[in-house]
Amino acid sequence: MLYIKCPHCGMRSQNEFSYGGDASVKRPELNKEISDQEWDNFVYNRKSLRGKHWELWQHLSGCRQWIKVQRDTATHEIFNTLKAEEEIN
Amino acid sequence: MSQEFRLKDIGLIKRNKKISFKFNGKKYQGYEGDTLASALLANGVHLVGRSFKYHRPRGFFGAGADEPYAVVQLYRDGETEPNIKATEQELFEGLEAKSVNCWPSVNFDIGAINNILKIFLPAGFYYKTFMWPKSFWYKVYEPFIRKAAGLGVASTKHDKERYEHKYEYCDLLIAGSGPSGLSSAYAAAKNGAKVILAEDKSRFGGSLLTSDVNIGNQSGKNWAEKIIAELKDMPNVIVKNRSQIFGYYDHNMLVMSEKISDHLPKTKKYHPNKKLWYIRAKEVLISSGSIERPIVFGNNDTPGVMLSSAAKEYMKVYGVLVGKKPLVFTNNDSGYETAIEFKKNGIDPIVLDSRENPASEIVDEAKNLGLNIKFSYVVVAAKGYKKVKSADIALISKDKKKLGKIENINCDCICVSGFWTPTIHLASQSGNKTKFDDNIDAFIPGKSKQNETTLGAANGVFSLKETLKTSFEAGNNLSKKITNIENKVSIPNIVEKKYSKHDKFWCVPLPKGKNYKRFLDFQNDVSVSDIELALREGYRSIEHVKRYTTLGMATDQGKTSNLNGLQLVSDIENKVVPSVGHTTFRPPYTPISIGAIVGREIGKHSKPTRKSPMHSWHEKNNAIFVDAGVWLRPRYYKKGDENLFEASKREAKNVRTNVGVCDVTTLGKIDIKGPDAAEFLNRVYTNAWLKLPVGKARYGVMLREDGIVMDDGTTTRISENHYHMTTTTAQAANVLSHLEYYLQLVWPELNVNVVSTTEQWAGAAIAGPNSRNLLKKLFPNNDVSNENLPFMGFMEGDLFGVKTRIFRISFSGELAYELNVESDYGKFMWEKIVELGEEFKIQPYGTEALSTLRIEMGHVAGSELDGRTIPYDNALEGLVSKKKDFIGKRSLQRLAFVAKDRQRIVGVVPIDKKTNIPEGSHLVKDAKASLPNKKLGHISASCWSVEYDNPFSLAILKDGKNMIGEKLFVMSPLKNKIIPVEIVSSHYVDPKGERVRS
Repeated sequence: MLYIKCPHCGMRSQNEFSYGGDASVKRPELNKEISDQEWDNFVYNRKSLRGKHWELWQHLSGCRQWIKVQRDTATHEIFNTLKAEEEIN
Repeated sequence: MSQEFRLKDIGLIKRNKKISFKFNGKKYQGYEGDTLASALLANGVHLVGRSFKYHRPRGFFGAGADEPYAVVQLYRDGETEPNIKATEQELFEGLEAKSVNCWPSVNFDIGAINNILKIFLPAGFYYKTFMWPKSFWYKVYEPFIRKAAGLGVASTKHDKERYEHKYEYCDLLIAGSGPSGLSSAYAAAKNGAKVILAEDKSRFGGSLLTSDVNIGNQSGKNWAEKIIAELKDMPNVIVKNRSQIFGYYDHNMLVMSEKISDHLPKTKKYHPNKKLWYIRAKEVLISSGSIERPIVFGNNDTPGVMLSSAAKEYMKVYGVLVGKKPLVFTNNDSGYETAIEFKKNGIDPIVLDSRENPASEIVDEAKNLGLNIKFSYVVVAAKGYKKVKSADIALISKDKKKLGKIENINCDCICVSGFWTPTIHLASQSGNKTKFDDNIDAFIPGKSKQNETTLGAANGVFSLKETLKTSFEAGNNLSKKITNIENKVSIPNIVEKKYSKHDKFWCVPLPKGKNYKRFLDFQNDVSVSDIELALREGYRSIEHVKRYTTLGMATDQGKTSNLNGLQLVSDIENKVVPSVGHTTFRPPYTPISIGAIVGREIGKHSKPTRKSPMHSWHEKNNAIFVDAGVWLRPRYYKKGDENLFEASKREAKNVRTNVGVCDVTTLGKIDIKGPDAAEFLNRVYTNAWLKLPVGKARYGVMLREDGIVMDDGTTTRISENHYHMTTTTAQAANVLSHLEYYLQLVWPELNVNVVSTTEQWAGAAIAGPNSRNLLKKLFPNNDVSNENLPFMGFMEGDLFGVKTRIFRISFSGELAYELNVESDYGKFMWEKIVELGEEFKIQPYGTEALSTLRIEMGHVAGSELDGRTIPYDNALEGLVSKKKDFIGKRSLQRLAFVAKDRQRIVGVVPIDKKTNIPEGSHLVKDAKASLPNKKLGHISASCWSVEYDNPFSLAILKDGKNMIGEKLFVMSPLKNKIIPVEIVSSHYVDPKGERVRS
């Protein structure tokens, strides 16, 4: 079971969180004309990366905040966690 | 005679406490502190089971978790448990055990014919043989294999034992209470660290219980006792015996199974059977020791052949002789310890040492004691069927390839020592890449992957002096980093004997013309010839060899067999062991009860049960409940001997003619506040929300980004910046997360707050033509007329002093209201409704009637919003705004979603107006078409229409829009039904929606 540092609450076990997918995906702006391809990339197309990956988790049974977690998908090592409003760099 | 193999003055058992037990129906006696294995051996019982494949007689091989043979079926307190290792099961009064894998008895086992047919049962036999003819598989081969295979029988009864889970955090978790574990625990505890020390056996001390060593000026055993006693008294230390750390998971999470009651005749009241500990440790010290390796020779599975360390443990811990004419076969110094122990107990062993001329103190000691030692000698084969009777032995050449003349000597047991294999399971599970150590011919942990440190024999360090030094240091250094305290303890003095190196020898060659089975994996009957065959057939990867031959795949996970298997593969392939590599070590280290893993989350406790504030009223009024998400809801209220169908029909009919009341507390409720709330709702829902006035409710549909309907419900504008959203019962939690996702991540600029208020409000729906008349009685101080509170209106009312939110919304399609009060007033509200409703013939209605009412109205619910449908499919396209953007809108342009013949909701009525239509059935054009018959749609929900008194269903049907009036067939192969039906509009009752506005 992973041990995730919630930027709001501190170290908590994985069973308090739920997974939310790739954190680097940006939703297209509202009312913007975009191609089918762009929309498909947003809704469906994901790289199943091996290695470092920024992903979203929600601290569901804690502060209910969505957070960004940088995790190695192969080793589960967690390098960094950010608040929702903090930018990935 | 009873216990004729019990020694007089030696051992740690309690001789004043006699215990009776039964094995295979026969009564025996042992002592408190015995294991089932030691007590049987004390009684001279060596035959405990039959092997997996050839049904060869099997005895005891080890004395602990590494035991490959002695797996029994245990009977305790009216329950039975399979796969119990007799070497681990502590004896208790009244214990009963039986042999497994034999029929009709362990002494006469018909399956043993496989032993004679063994040339027909090589590796991969099942894969090769039972391929053909195909039709034989189910009827002949599979039942036969199933009957022949397996170790014991699982109970089919409900497990009455209780199992608990516990979460724990500590600075240092230490696995094993041998010299290494005790030293590091002691050093760390002195530095004030929070320490957990776990020992899988009942006694602490590990190898110190069986070896003749002094630590400082006392015996190793006494030193261990003293340290344990001190640790137990320290408030920062948890010391646990009978506790197996069986898995090392991510981020330093380890799981330990504590056996609390297995050593007792019966679990004590209020005690669990086992406790599973989830431990998050800052540092993990693995002091799991090592397991002796066997040497492979002919018929090395005969009862009476066992590890020399086990023979020593039986003597020193249990006071039991495993034989009176022992033969010790060793390639290293360890065998001598066992031989000397025999000698001390008045037994003269014969020692065969494969080494030519070892120079070490213990060999000299043995010589001085007058032991019969034969150097460069090996056991070629054990003789005897159900028990060792003698051994064929021979001189072996220096290159270990040629045998001298075979001699036969009498013996009743053969104690084997092929040196030691570090127990690296936990280290390997942590992700540590192990490395091969040439000095000990075994794998040891490499670079640490997590915060784990392996110490002592588990790390390939077999010197006690070195083990104590490194363990004290590790305990001290790791703990002081955490606590910033250092109370250094001095490391006790050790005088060690001079040892000489072990022989790199692990398998005795076959003598000419002999075809003895030489076993590697004793539990799964994998022999040298099986591995050779697998390699001849082209299997190269050790992982493939493992799966083809089942080497190391039994319940002992190859604790005694893996390395010898690797050595064999390396020899044949002319490779060195490290390049062959080892198979993956996976948790659990030893078999763990499923019950312990599940814990208390069984049956009703597998999820929380939520009850509405009106629950006790429902109970009193004969409600039959149904699980609705995590809630219990009344399904119907039983009157007399009504069944579900009759009751729900009565309840629904009463709503259509009089008035009914339904508990709707379970609906998800989300409070939404903030200046941007309207804008937010406008983005979340498909319809327009910016112009909803205060005091009005609106029905809304929300989509996922892929265009699929996520949920529906009404949202009411309570005040300027305050909304009350309702969701379906099932999706409440998901919708909240969904809203939080968009507010926190996508549109953080919106000034909106959301919070769940599901449990803060109790809800009751009043539905039926008489509902307004009832409302007037309930709210005498408020104007609830059609003009003041129109359809989709909202107002606050005064329910005899209780502030109530009144929503004029309807799921039933009737004139209806939903009342919300603070939860604590829920029962008051409900009872008031029932009391004042009496004159209007009010009846409570459950979820079944609720479904009937909504189905015949064509209102969609979870069975239509099933994660596969878009608004159009549910006839909700009118709610999809063309003007504004919202979540999922862009996806609605997908080709499949705009197809002319897109699926759509329809009503379905059986032509005979009588036959009930099973939910989930398929709709087809031609009932007689050949299979696979093309499916046009499926029945999503069925009911008995109380309006028309005939069955009615909703269906999602391809090109549903143009199918109204068509005659199709409903097919349910599951229920074996074919029903001719007519497709009608989904709005079966009141299609214009006049009632809700009346």
